[in-house]
Parts: sequence; structure tokens; C-alpha cells
Amino acid sequence: MTAYIIRRAIIGVIILILVTMIVFLFMRLLPGDPLIVYMAGYDINRVNSVGPAQYQAMLHFWGLDRPIPVQYIDWLGKIFRGDMGTSIKLQENISVLIAERMPRTAYIGIITFIIGTVGGIFVGIICALRRGSWMDNVLTTISNIGMTIPTFWLGILLMYFLAYKMGWLPTSGWTNPFEDFWMSTKQLIMPILSVALGSIAGMARLTRSCMLEVMRADYVRTAWAKGLQERVIVVRHQIKNAIIPIVTVLGGALGGILGGSVFIETVFAIPGMGRLMTTAIFDQDYQIVQAGVLLFGAIIIFSNLAVDIIWGWLDPRIRLA
Amino acid sequence: MADDIEKTAKNSDAIGTAVAPPRHSEWRRISRVFFGRKLYAIGFAICVLLILVAIFAPWIATHDPLKTDLRHKLEQPSWTHLLGTDSVGRDTFSRIVYGTRTSLLIGFTAVFASAIIGTLMGLAAAYFGGWVFAIIMRFTDALMALPGIILVLLIAGLAGGGIPVVIFALGFGGIAGMCRMMCGQALSVKQNDYVLAGRAIGMSDWRMMLTQIFPNAFPPLMVGITMGIGGVVLGEAGLSFLGIGVMPPTPSWGGMVNNGQSYLLTNPILSLAPGVAIMLLVFGFNMLGDGVRDAVDPKLRGVL
Repeated sequence: MTAYIIRRAIIGVIILILVTMIVFLFMRLLPGDPLIVYMAGYDINRVNSVGPAQYQAMLHFWGLDRPIPVQYIDWLGKIFRGDMGTSIKLQENISVLIAERMPRTAYIGIITFIIGTVGGIFVGIICALRRGSWMDNVLTTISNIGMTIPTFWLGILLMYFLAYKMGWLPTSGWTNPFEDFWMSTKQLIMPILSVALGSIAGMARLTRSCMLEVMRADYVRTAWAKGLQERVIVVRHQIKNAIIPIVTVLGGALGGILGGSVFIETVFAIPGMGRLMTTAIFDQDYQIVQAGVLLFGAIIIFSNLAVDIIWGWLDPRIRLA
Repeated sequence: MADDIEKTAKNSDAIGTAVAPPRHSEWRRISRVFFGRKLYAIGFAICVLLILVAIFAPWIATHDPLKTDLRHKLEQPSWTHLLGTDSVGRDTFSRIVYGTRTSLLIGFTAVFASAIIGTLMGLAAAYFGGWVFAIIMRFTDALMALPGIILVLLIAGLAGGGIPVVIFALGFGGIAGMCRMMCGQALSVKQNDYVLAGRAIGMSDWRMMLTQIFPNAFPPLMVGITMGIGGVVLGEAGLSFLGIGVMPPTPSWGGMVNNGQSYLLTNPILSLAPGVAIMLLVFGFNMLGDGVRDAVDPKLRGVL
């Protein structure tokens, strides 16, 4: 098992390097120039007044005139030394920027993840146990629809009803939960709901079909035959077995939530990682995009690794194989 | 039409049995399972309806979707403007109708592009094995290590938006999933005796892949394509919402949601109506995909 984990971790690092390489190449090969965006950001007229010599000097200053492989190795070397570089557009240290913004996205993301997973599994189990009842029909229909709602649209819908019409919640913004917990919670209800609904829906559908699969298994019939209580059969035999395939998609669910953060941070004006990445992509800000890709990639790859480890721990057939 | 299909469909049940079982064509079975559940039939109906709307858009739309009319801007719904008008006086209903075209065009082309490339990569990985397998799998691992929307956003954002760029970005984003699925299928099909027989009579690698392995690994691909369309339409809406998808003035549902956001207080329908259209389309194709999956191969339940 230990050897397996180490091997997976090494592959994880290789994949992470591969991701950054692909993105690095993409950014250099596709059209768009961060320096033009940067210079135009100060003054439209300045773009034309900047002479070729000055432009070359800027290019040289940021190291963008070197061959792409050299730039990449240089960037990777700095990452290993803990230096993420400086943003061309914002002229700020990226480590500082990320340290400021990542906790916000992580705070929202973790709450969403917990609500989405626990809520989805709960709804799925109820649907499977009461299969065919009106409750199953209603919840299954809602989760089928929930999977199709665009995150940003749900955010706007909630904003219209809960903030504009009812006036119960503030429309948007971000407050540090340590400064004003109540305000921060009120501001986060809508963003978290918008992303969590999709998570709950997907998780509920999966849980329901896994539970139904398990219900037909021989060992469940045996459990009934030997006269166990329903509660014991459901908890000890059905849920325990149905949870195994559910765990495997948790890594993907986390990715979905990180992706959703891009939308809700735009809709609700939350200065988090998703917003930083979107604006950086618009501004062609190479350094921030690369750091963001590295961070998101690392989160997803290592949560998948964690999922594999949990999986082996839950299912002895995998651990001992 | 059903008779035609029945005649052409091969009848595998009746061969070699003493008492011929009742003639069941494969198509009859598939359509029975498919239309047996109301939800799948509804999904099918929604898809057909939306495709018809896209084809006959000029006859259904009440106004020119691009024509601005500043004297009638931000009007509430009325009989002349069924869903009101936007900030430059364009008719919302007509824009939604034409938006169906944009969404379906992008949905179909992007999914088919990623299906073709993903299939070829998956087949090659499964068939050749060894280092080809390793390279292709690590490549898909790398693509899957980013949240789908970030990858697509990255490509579209750097390349600068517009319909071809959106198709390229979403198609690229879909390759990894298709490749994985095809590779898994092809690996199991490869174990069959007829593949060995093919090798014995000296079939070339590509002929083997395309005539022997591909047709037998096809059903899941059909499901993947149907399900993929919903995902791509959602992705397109997201990109357009963020402002780097379909470029204005071309009507796009995501872009319309974004434009309407500023007038949420006075004209909520501007943002909310296109969202309903997105949901309808995605719901239709998801249900269609579920139905195709159950009809083609119930074993795939939970896998796809």
C-alpha cells in the first residue's frame, strides 16, 4: 500500500508538471501579448508612443524574449524555490496575491463541498429507500433539473428573488468571516447554494443508482433472510457498499466546485481565486495564469490521490490486490 | 418506417434454434425501452422541438434578432414583443429563437470533433498499448487535472472568442473524456476471439481498429455524444456569460443572461428567459442520453 501511494504521488507530480507545460505552451503559442495589455492599461495613447526599442527592453525585462523551453525551466526552477513570480498587469508578487485570495475560495469551496456531498448522498439514499414513492419522483425530477441549471443563472435567479424581491440577503460582496461572521454568512448563502445545487443533484443521482444496485445484491437478500433489522441492513450492508463508487467521484466533484467558483465569484463580486484567474486570462497575464493552473491542478490531482487512498482503505479488495 | 428498419436489421435470435423465437429486431427492442419511460420520451420530444426551432428560426422569430430599436428599448413583454426588448431594443423572444441555432451549432460540432479525435486516440492507446498507451493516458490525465471550465476558459480567453474559437476550446476540452471512454471499451473488445481471427488473416492495424474494434465499442460512444451535447451547451453559455464566448451581436443565451444582469431589478425576464432555454436544451439532451444508454446497454448505468 505504501509503495502504491508513493508511486501514485510521483505520477501525480509528473502529471502536474505536464499540465503546466501544456498551459505554458498554449499561452506562448496563442495570440495575445501581456505587455500590450499592460501598456494599454495605463494609457491607450501610450501603446503607439512606446517605441520598438522600449518594447524590446520590456520584453527583455520580463524575460519573454528567450526561447520557450528556457522560460519554462526558469519558471519551474523558481517555483521549486517558492517564488511564483510577479504579475505583469498588477505589478504585485503572485504569492501574496494568492495567499490573499485562495483562502476565500477555499472557505466557500469547502462549505459547498460538504453541503453538496452530504446533502446529495442523503437525498440519494432517501430516494433509493423509498423508490417509486412520490418523494422519490419529486426528488429525482428536481435532481435531473438541478444538473441542467447553469451556475451563473441560478446565482442571478437567487439574487433576483432573495435580494431584490424579498430583501432578505445582501446582493453581493465579500466580508471576512473573522471580522463580521453574520454579514459574511448572509453574503455567502446565495453563492454556496448556486454551486451546491448542481453538486447535490449529481451526487443524489449517483447515490440513488448505486444504492439500487446494491439492494439487488445477494448479500442483502441474505441479510433480510437471516432476519436482520431494516436499519442494520441499510446502514451496515447497503450504504457501506454503495459508498465505494461514490467516493471515486469526490475528486471530480471538487473540480466542479472549483470551476463553479469562476462563475459565482463573477456574479457575486467575490474577490477570490476564480475571479483572479478570469481577469488574468482576459489580461493575458501569463504569470498569474500559470500559478493558478499549478494551484488548481495540484488541488485536483492530490485530492484524487486522497480519494484513491480512502478507496483502498474502504475496500479491502483493492488494498490487498 | 418501423417495418423498413425491421427488414434491414439483422435477426440474430432465430439462428440455430430448433423452435424459432418470436422475431425481435434490435431496433424494436431499443425503441421499446427508450419510449417506455415517459422522461426519456419527453427528452426526445424536447430535442426534436429545439432542432425544428433552430431550422425554422426565421419563420418562428417575430423580429430580426439583430435589429436595434432605441425607441422601444427595455420594454416589458407585450403582444408585439413576447418577452420584451433588451437595452438596445432588440426582441428577446427572437434572440432566444436564433440563439437555439448558435447553441446547437456549437454543441454538435464541438462534440463531434472531440468524439472523432478522442476515439482515434482511445483506439490507438488501447490497440497499440505500451508507450503509446502511456503517453496518451498521461496526456488525458493532464487535461483532466484542471476543472473543465478553466481549461476551456484558458483556450478561449487566449485565442480571443468567436464561434470557431469556442468550438475549438470546447472540442479540445471534451477530448480527454471521449478518449478515456473509448480506450476502456476498446481494451475489453480487444479480448474477443474475432480480433485474434482478424490478426490471423493478416489485417492491418488500422483496418483492425476501424472495422473490428470500433464498431463493437460504438454504443457507449453514442451515449457519450448525446450526453456531451448538454455539457458543451452549458460550457458555451458559461463562456458567453463571462464575455469570451460567442461575440455580440450574434445571439447567444449565455451572453443574453450576462447583458440582462444589469437590468435585473426592472426587467428580470431579460436574464431569466434565456436561462430557461439553456436548461430546456440541456435537460432534453441529458434525458435523451440517459434513454439511449438504457436502451443500448443497461450495463453502462453508473459508468457513464
